[in-house]
This record gives sequence, C-alpha cells and structure tokens, in this order.
Amino acid sequence: MKSKTLFDKLWDQHEVLSLEDGSSVLYIDRHFLHEVTSPQAFAGIEKRGLPFFRPDQAIATMDHNIPTTGQANPVMGVESGLQVDRLKENCAKHGITLFGMTHPMNGIVHVIGPELGLTRPGMTIVCGDSHTSTHGAFGTIAFGIGTSEVEMVMASQCLLQRRPKTMRITINGKLEAGVSAKDLILYVISKLGTGAGTGYFLEFDGEAIRSMSMEGRMTVCNMAIEMGARGGLVAPDDTTFNYLIHREFSSAGEQWEKALSGWKLLKSDEDAVFDRQETFKASDIGPMITWGTNPGAGIPITGTIPQGDEKALAYMGWQGGEKIMDQKIDYVFVGSCTNGRIEDLREFASYVKGHKKAESVTAWIVPGSKKVELQARAEGIEEILNEAGFDLREPGCSACLAMNDDKIPAGKYCISTSNRNFEGRQGPGARTLLASPLTAAAAALTGRISDPRRVTEDCRL
Amino acid sequence: MSFEPITTIKSKVVKLQVDNIDTDRIIPARFLKSVDSSGFGKNLFHDWRYRPDGTPDPEFVLNKPEGQGQILLTGKNFGCGSSREHAAWALYQYGFRVIISSGFADIFRTNALNNGLLPLEVDVDTLARLMELHQSNPSAPWTVDLQSELLTANSRLKTEDCELQTAFDINPFRKQCLLTGSDVIDYLAGLKPQIIEYEANHTI
Ligand code: SF4
Repeated sequence: MKSKTLFDKLWDQHEVLSLEDGSSVLYIDRHFLHEVTSPQAFAGIEKRGLPFFRPDQAIATMDHNIPTTGQANPVMGVESGLQVDRLKENCAKHGITLFGMTHPMNGIVHVIGPELGLTRPGMTIVCGDSHTSTHGAFGTIAFGIGTSEVEMVMASQCLLQRRPKTMRITINGKLEAGVSAKDLILYVISKLGTGAGTGYFLEFDGEAIRSMSMEGRMTVCNMAIEMGARGGLVAPDDTTFNYLIHREFSSAGEQWEKALSGWKLLKSDEDAVFDRQETFKASDIGPMITWGTNPGAGIPITGTIPQGDEKALAYMGWQGGEKIMDQKIDYVFVGSCTNGRIEDLREFASYVKGHKKAESVTAWIVPGSKKVELQARAEGIEEILNEAGFDLREPGCSACLAMNDDKIPAGKYCISTSNRNFEGRQGPGARTLLASPLTAAAAALTGRISDPRRVTEDCRL
Repeated sequence: MSFEPITTIKSKVVKLQVDNIDTDRIIPARFLKSVDSSGFGKNLFHDWRYRPDGTPDPEFVLNKPEGQGQILLTGKNFGCGSSREHAAWALYQYGFRVIISSGFADIFRTNALNNGLLPLEVDVDTLARLMELHQSNPSAPWTVDLQSELLTANSRLKTEDCELQTAFDINPFRKQCLLTGSDVIDYLAGLKPQIIEYEANHTI
C-alpha cells in the first residue's frame, strides 16, 4: 500500500465522493457555530426549505460579539443583542446545543471544543471562523469556512473542497526556558511568510512539538492560518490522550479504549511524501514580537525594527532601524483562542506574582472560557493577578477583534497575545504587537517592550 | 446568497495596489453586527475610505472618479485573515464582480466564488504588467470573458487596441455556477442518499 501522510489518511476517510475535477465531497464530523457567522446561514437553509441535516453534530457558543464584563446583566448595542438573540432562537428552533453567555461551558469556540472533549483525534471539524485550525492540535482536519459553507454543512453535513497540498514543518530540538509555542509559530511565520501556506495543509512535527503541551500545540496550529494554510495538525500521542481523558464529552470505559486504539494509529507513514518540507532548529528561536501590520512581521525581541515597509512603519509610528526593546507600550491584552487558556494565565500569573503592573499600562486579562475563568479563580490565579494590579474579566474574543467595547484607542500600542496585528484589528488606528503571554507579562510590569528572560533577573521591580 | 450570473464583464478597472489586503481591511469587525447579508457595500474598505470623523477621504481610490467599476485590480495574497464572508458581500454589494490578483487566500477565494465574485488569478509578472497598463490609462475598459477564460486589458479606450490578453484558470464546476448564478448548496443537498450511505459506515 502506498504510504500516506496523516492528512491524506483523514481526508480519504471522510471523502463521500471524489469528483472528476479533483474536488471532493468531504464529510464533516463536528460543526461549531457562533453568533456572528451563523445567522445568514440559518436564514439560508430556511429560505430553501431545507432541514438542519445533523443537529447533533453541531455545537454553538457565543464569543465574538459579547461583553467581557457584567455578562449576567449585559448592556449591549441593539445589533450585538440581535446576534445573541438570533443565535438563541435558531438553536432552539433547530435543536442545537448552545452554550450561551454565563453558561458554565461557554467560551471562545476554539477553547471550549478541546476543553470539553468535543474535539477528538481523527475528526473533520469546521466553523465559520478561520482559527478553527486550532483543533488540528488533536490530529484532526479542522479549518475555517465562510457563511455559505456553514450553510452547506447545515444542509448536508458536507463541503465541496479541493484537496490541499501537504507541508511538513519540523522543529528539531527543545525550546529554551522563557521561549514558548507562540514564539515558535511567530518565528516560523516570519521565516516563511504570510502567504507561504496558501493551498497547503500543514503537519507540525519534531521534538519541540512532541515535548509541547496540548495548549502549546493549539497555539501553534491556531496560527497556521496566519501563514495562509487551510489548517495545521499534529499527530496525536500520549499528551493528547492524557489531555482528553475524563473531559465532559469524552467517552469512558470500553468506548474510550476502543477509540484510543484507533487514535494510536493516526500518524503519517514513515516514508510518506509531503509536497513541501521545512525544518527549523528550536535553539534558533528566542522570544518573538511583531513590529508591523501582518503576523509575518515577527522579529526577535532583541532585534531591530526593519526599514523598507513605509506604510507599516507609518501606521506603527516608527522610523525603522531602531531597537524594538524598551519601546513604550500602553495596553496589554492577554486572551483569545491563541493564548487564552489556563496554561497561558498560569504563565502570566507566575511571572507577575509579587510584582506590580506599571501604572502607565492598561491591562485586559480575558479568559478563553468560563471554565478557564473559574479554574483561574480556584487555583488562586485571580488573587495573584489582583495583587499585582490586574483584573480578570469574563470570557470572550474581546480585544482580539474589537467587535465589542474592548477596543484599543487609535495610536496606542498594545502587546497582545492574540493572532492578528492587521491595521485596525484591535480598533481603528490601534497598534498591535503580537507576543507570548510571558513577553506580555514582562511588558505589563515595565510599561516597555522587555525580554521576559531578563526582566525577572534585572528588574525585580 | 443569490447573485447575478457572470458571462462577460466589460468595465473600467479600480486599482488598489496594496499587497496582503486582509478581510479586516475589506470590512472591519465592528461592521459585522448585522444578521442579514445585505448593506455591507457602504462599509467596504471603511477605515481607508472614511476619515475618523466619518467624511470620505478624497485620497482613497473609491472616493475618486476612477473608483467606480466592476473590476478590482489589487496586490498579492488578497483576502487573507478572517473567514468573514462579509468581505465578499461588501465587494459584491459595492459593485465589483471580478478581483484580479496574483494570489488569493483560500477561504476568501471560496467565499468569493460562492457569492458571484470571480477571483481572477494571474502570475506575478502579468500582474505587474497589468498595473502598468492601468497606470497609462486608468479609464480604459477591460474585458473579462468567463466562458472563454480570457482577460483582455489595454490602455486605450477602444478595446480593439488590445495590448494584453491573458488566459486564466477556473474550476469547471465553479465556472458553471458563476455562468448560471447557481450555487453549491443545492448540489450538496441533492446528494443526501449518498451521504446517508456514507454515514452508515462511518463512526465519529
Ligand atoms: S479569539 Fe480572536 S481569533 Fe479567536 S475566534 Fe475569537 S476573534 Fe477569532
């Protein structure tokens, strides 16, 4: 038998039909819905008179367009309220499980899927959101789709897709202390470019990935889309299985054992051929930060802001040629489906513990889900944060896309653990610097861009 | 979403020579609060098109006389970032039917095709040549003939004086959809018997 990549194995298993022109009718196991990209799709199937084909395979949450304070008594603009209400109505009408605001299982769609055990190895998963790639960390084919495609999945549990090419990205060796999954993926995107993944599905492998927690792997796969790839996956292993056991929706007993034996087979064959192969050394990677207006603009935190891209430099208010270290920042945003998980809050908290937030800095710490929020409280993280001058908010996408009131003012600099630094992404005129939770913590304490490996030694504020 | 079929488009071309235009640029998140799929055209490229006080920025191409047309000529990697289909809706509702670039982000490409927008991909050299041609006469009409998969560009007013003709590729199924104004949803919904048969042998 011909050797295959894991991606190709999963694709073949989910192919309902393969068409002459090379495209496939692909079966979707899990469909996540949220309030912003679903209303037009619900309206679409209704207009066509089509039933919601497999409501049991869909799960809905509210995350993009909700406030992150006072959720129990939300004050929302007319239109925001409309999307939230419409999702409730639609889910009730079509029999979809919904984790609405304040529900103990509510949260950012890509945080709750894994955390509840709804995301499992071997699945195909879609959502009307590009960062669906996050779920690839569990060895799934997971990718974002547009609203027309959301409607297709509602109507048929299938999509018409062209099979992407495959690229393996191997990171050999171990990351040094103070360097995280976020740094790794910012490094890879800075090397390959934001368009390098277009037309590809990625598989991440190598010692640095294998020794990473599930949270770290999710951060890496989350940002696969930022190099243009449809998605990225990691073959499941014991780290994956240990993460999934005993989750709310995970199976148990015999069923779990049976699933597990299948999952253990999910890997690329030794001699599988990828369309493209890239290899990096973990030891070359240090803390990274972006200086510009796309996620490919990552530089080492010890590096120099490059000259040349006048448009981006003007937007960011920089000349180019100067060091990025010690530049002043105004806001810190910790959260999003990239770095809003419990591990991220733990890292941030352990770093700021016993110190004080710089007075000039406004910080928003937004848990990725209600469970993360509750866990942060139970573990004493909230207390540590409060003592250091930070507040823990309620879950949601928040300043990652600034659709609610959490907007960074024009011209202000924000160190953000999210995934996009596009012009205006965090609010009109907002200047975003993408970095890891540790780098965000260092900046929150000093009010300046700081090397997280050094602040604790030198500053001891 | 229903859309008008495309057969041949002959139109002036709007040039926006910027690479990596992301969907947050095409339509910022704060304009995605609607539960309908109409009314997005007025916010297309909002933060370039309007000043902070809400008045149109005269420097931005859509606010200039040459800002009207059905064809948008733009830089590489168009439509990257968020999967929001609102980006395709906004472009369509503004009046565009064809976007020319040397590359499109995957999700955007699909969203465009599902909404009657033709993502017309040319190679980098051709794109550079097209930019030059447009420069020499921004009001010359170009022709996109979907049936024969041909783009005809020129810098003069009479199309007979064609200066560059280039073939483009499009998936035959998608082409048919654009030509007839039909979409994939009806096709998939029609496959239910095969899908049910597939499900019988598939465990999740
Ligand atoms: S946190 Fe940001 S990137 Fe993630 S789903 Fe929400 S808006 Fe999208």
